[in-house]
Amino acid sequence: MSMFRLFSNRRPMPVPASAPIARERLQILLAHERGLRGQPDLLMLLREEILSVVSRHVALDPEKVMVRMERGRNVSTLEVDIELPNGFEPALAATG
Amino acid sequence: MAKVLVVTSGKGGVGKTTSTAAIGAELAKAGKKVVVVDFDIGLRNLDLVMGAERRVVFDLINVVQGVSKLSQALIRDKRLETLWLLPASQTRDKDALNEEGVGRVISELRETYDWIICDSPAGIERGAMLAMRFADEAIIVTNPEVSSVRDSDRIIGMLDAKTVKAENGERVNKHILITRYDPARAARGEMISIDDILEILATPLLGIIPESQDVLRASNVGSPVTLNNPASTPARAYSDATRRLLGETIAMMVPAERKGLINLLLGRRAA
Repeated sequence: MSMFRLFSNRRPMPVPASAPIARERLQILLAHERGLRGQPDLLMLLREEILSVVSRHVALDPEKVMVRMERGRNVSTLEVDIELPNGFEPALAATG
Repeated sequence: MAKVLVVTSGKGGVGKTTSTAAIGAELAKAGKKVVVVDFDIGLRNLDLVMGAERRVVFDLINVVQGVSKLSQALIRDKRLETLWLLPASQTRDKDALNEEGVGRVISELRETYDWIICDSPAGIERGAMLAMRFADEAIIVTNPEVSSVRDSDRIIGMLDAKTVKAENGERVNKHILITRYDPARAARGEMISIDDILEILATPLLGIIPESQDVLRASNVGSPVTLNNPASTPARAYSDATRRLLGETIAMMVPAERKGLINLLLGRRAA
């Protein structure tokens, strides 16, 4: 039995091929990188403009504004996280 | 008419210098008058791979800055009559290059040579930009591996935007050269496939060079692999690639794994 196994098609533990994963990751990444090529940094631009719109109405700390982009195959998401100081309402009332 | 060919990649260590030497020698064997130009200022290596490291007197920077004449810096290969080397400077840095000077050197070389092969440094900085700036043709050396493919894509974008040809509304003729191809890893599905690379980069294939001891051996002794061991697998692959570059149609050979005699007898598959 053991002799037979020694000479038969003995293969190591099957490892799933990683090449298809490499292809998929590259396709997603490069589609985005090509779109952004030659343009100013989109996230910096969005951050600046969002900051200027919001600060027209609310006094805020520029350090507390986070703009993040998550890239997916079919859809990407833009996450904007702005921390407002407590008691910002008066400023809103004053401008409104 | 003279052709300016840049051998580039973005990523380092993929085989630009080896490929420059091998293809340069092969073109010279075909009777073309060839000069290989090292653009890797400060980290020159083409002289070493060509076996001319002890014959360097003047370099590209000296010529660009007008310190020496072009004819004083050019080194003729000892094996091939029509092969020449223009070495890089080892003591300066890439900022010593300027576009006007490089343009002048390239135009002067165009008057004498059939092929001017520019061996680009890695990266996307000044040295790499100037190596591709005046190119008519480009070989993008790519390893079957994600970071190399990504960098090749970036370089292709630059060839399409930042070369003199691109700015004049023309196109640099681009070719992918896959190097360090490992048939055993390919068979196991561990290496991104050639079809996938070509589909992602949307650029035609010039050749597939297998990973081989012959390449290392050739660089150890300072001889292009196509001269050192013309019968070896990588040399034959470079020879085919060169003939394709000259416009011949040659069937693409995908390097296959060599099975050991024992494995063949036992009918074992490549594990």
